[in-house]
Amino acid sequence: MALSRLASSSSSSSRFADLLKPLCSAISLRRPISTDTTPITVETSVPFTSHQCDTPSRSVQTNAKELLTFFRDMALMRRMEIAADSLYKAKLIRGFCHLYDGQEAVAVGMEAAITKKDCIITAYRDHCTFVARGGTLLEVFAELMGRQAGCSRGKGGSMHFYKKDSNFYGGHGIVGAQVPLGCGLAFAQKYSKDEAVTFALYGDGAANQGQLFEALNISALWDLPAILVCENNHYGMGTAEWRASKSPAYYKRGDYAPGLKVDGMDALAVKQACTFAKEHALKNGPIVSVNLPHQLEKTLVFFITHFSVYVNCVIFLMPKAHQATEYNTLLEYCACFKLFYILEMDTYRYHGHSMSDPGSTYRTRDEITGVRQERDPVERIRKLILSHDLATEKELKDIEKEIRKEVDDAIAQAKENPLPESSELFTNVYAKGLGVEVYHQNHGSEYTGGHERSFGADRKEANFISFDPTHTVKKPCENHETAEVERKSPAFTG
Amino acid sequence: MAATFHGVGATVAALSSSSSPSNSFGSKKLLSSPSRSFSVRKRASFTVVRSDGSVNFDLNSKGRRAQQLIANAVATKADSSPVSSSSKPGHELLLFEALREGLEEEMERDPRVCVMGEDVGHYGGSYKVTKGLATKFGDLRVLDTPIAENSFTGMGIGAAMTGLRPVVEGMNMGFLLLAFNQISNNCGMLHYTSGGQFTIPIVIRGPGGVGRQLGAEHSQRLESYFQSIPGIQMVACSTPYNAKGLMKAAIRSENPVILFEHVLLYNLKERIPDEDYICNLEEAEMVRPGEHVTILTYSRMRYHVMQAAKTLVNKGYDPEVIDIRSLKPFDLYTIGNSVKKTHRVLIVEECMRTGGIGASLTAAITENFNDYLDAPITCLSSQDVPTPYAGTLEEWTVVQPAQIVTAVEQLCQ
Repeated sequence: MALSRLASSSSSSSRFADLLKPLCSAISLRRPISTDTTPITVETSVPFTSHQCDTPSRSVQTNAKELLTFFRDMALMRRMEIAADSLYKAKLIRGFCHLYDGQEAVAVGMEAAITKKDCIITAYRDHCTFVARGGTLLEVFAELMGRQAGCSRGKGGSMHFYKKDSNFYGGHGIVGAQVPLGCGLAFAQKYSKDEAVTFALYGDGAANQGQLFEALNISALWDLPAILVCENNHYGMGTAEWRASKSPAYYKRGDYAPGLKVDGMDALAVKQACTFAKEHALKNGPIVSVNLPHQLEKTLVFFITHFSVYVNCVIFLMPKAHQATEYNTLLEYCACFKLFYILEMDTYRYHGHSMSDPGSTYRTRDEITGVRQERDPVERIRKLILSHDLATEKELKDIEKEIRKEVDDAIAQAKENPLPESSELFTNVYAKGLGVEVYHQNHGSEYTGGHERSFGADRKEANFISFDPTHTVKKPCENHETAEVERKSPAFTG
Repeated sequence: MAATFHGVGATVAALSSSSSPSNSFGSKKLLSSPSRSFSVRKRASFTVVRSDGSVNFDLNSKGRRAQQLIANAVATKADSSPVSSSSKPGHELLLFEALREGLEEEMERDPRVCVMGEDVGHYGGSYKVTKGLATKFGDLRVLDTPIAENSFTGMGIGAAMTGLRPVVEGMNMGFLLLAFNQISNNCGMLHYTSGGQFTIPIVIRGPGGVGRQLGAEHSQRLESYFQSIPGIQMVACSTPYNAKGLMKAAIRSENPVILFEHVLLYNLKERIPDEDYICNLEEAEMVRPGEHVTILTYSRMRYHVMQAAKTLVNKGYDPEVIDIRSLKPFDLYTIGNSVKKTHRVLIVEECMRTGGIGASLTAAITENFNDYLDAPITCLSSQDVPTPYAGTLEEWTVVQPAQIVTAVEQLCQ
């Protein structure tokens, strides 16, 4: 015990801690639970509700390893968001900061159902989704604090987290604009025959955006492997869903597109729904028409419904005198297996919309505590783990302590990280080396500190004419000449 | 003339990288060293504006031929001398065909290039730029979208994030106002806000500008609205030669490029080289070298300027006409050299006076070359009014050759 505390408190020598770790585990006699993959079946808390399709089963297959991973990941996300809250209040994070605590189950459950080949795109409440996709805590905190080690080199901020190598496409500030982008990702997947899907996440506030329906139409029309996920936390900033939407049944809004309503606070339900949606989104079988005797049709439909994973191609044989109406009905029925789903995740955020929103002017504190007591995703998994005897209370507390430390370490590391160089202002405006090359003038001077100075693309001429390489650069406003140079070369620092 | 043009073609071909798909380095070289290539390019980039198939405006010859004036900017008559085309190198085509050729060649060259827009597929494009492409490349590469600019532009950008190279067509540039959010925030800024993780190699193109009594909403000049968006490049084509070249360069560029075409220029005819060539995206085109005044223009106004140039030459002036082509960023190198030579600048544009390309260009030139100017920069732009429907009113909205002549005379006093 003492040794473990020692290990966790020594932040300076990680090797010391590493040496102590096996000792600690030996001392605490931890059971080897983390790699146990014997299947456990768990019932989801609430049944699924569907629109234009069948619901997936309420029984979810999981195992100890997965449940503990869920617990760890969600606890990490929770801790990270709360730490971000403190950092914001300490003015280390500025601007907008939208926190995801309460909604962790969506990110974690989705990640469990898919691979890194599948794409995820979301809006500005993206910290946890980024972590779920493989982002590190350092990248998160450094980006939030605008440091070089941030995932977007400090140039994006809270709303612009991206991770290209694990197909996480962000991170978008304008409400709803990511949905067409997501359908574009799905289009690219179809174009390149990737056999992967795209999950385009949006909120209940964005559900009223026209571009969403436009994208929905195109995706359904072109058979794109897109799954639109509405993270319904019931409040679009300060406006409750019943005040913004005539029909808050967001899963039904697809009309012809099948929809599923999922308890977004239950990671296993989210996982089940995403698996279900992904399977169906990838299926594309050629359908040639038929007219079957009624019994046979029923059997076939049953078969398709329940063994849809294995059905790649549905071939119907059509005798000459077929009934057009029956054919169309069957086709419609089968169409729901083709693709394109809308998932509505019924979830909740504990914080306000962002750090500038206390979150209590439009909802009662009782409501928030009520949800926290009854539906908290981390607690649910904790109870599951304890009830299935997969770990002790203490072990889970230790995991949480570990996480706390990890988060604190990452914050410390991020604080040490430097702010971006001034030349970073002009990098990545255009793709480097192609077309518009930002002109770099490598001149050390006392107030640029020897760093590269960059000029905007159409100030190329400024370097040829007004900037004399032999000209000694003085402090600004010391004389007219320098001021003139400064005017022409606005990238001067200092 | 034919020989000269052949030389042009050869130079261009030699300059431009080989047409193999893996020539990105070659094109990078071409694109990233405008100063080096420019000297050769100067010789190469004639304006052989052949409307009605009869004008060959050779810049290097000493004697100026009497040329047939381009009475209006739209050449609609078919080439009257089909016999001559077979003996000369290159092939003659109309501007929209040149665009199509460029697009087709790029689609053949790179399977990632796809086209999306309204009626680009089965219908063949409202200005026939994409005619025949859907039958050739299929429905997945030439996509007919519903009328939903915001979302299909967004989809194009999303696809571009993964590495596809979509060419998004706005049926009229004015419709892209509906996609402004996607173009500004996602297209322009994603490369920056993701710290360089994503490039958006998208091309957004479409016809804009004042046409023939199309009405206010269909006569917009979007270049003035888009010019502030950081991260995008804007180019405007004006001849079949540069239309094809710019289209190809835009598709090959890793940056998002907005290619502005003009409704009235689609039927311009010119003889262009058979070889694979591209035009540098950031370079301006020297249309007519001169000594007295620099006239900067682009797109349709180029033809009004050339018409005015004829009058000016008769009156004894020697204007230097530059088609700036690259609206963002400006080719200040070419422009600068010209200003240093002539010391007088006239900008003729189709944008409105307030906040147009001319306004930015005036500011850029003043900022950088103020010492070289003998007179304040004159900027002729369209009036700050919605384009009226009536023909005469519409004529008064845009700059006419007579106004250009007057302005030059005043400038050169």
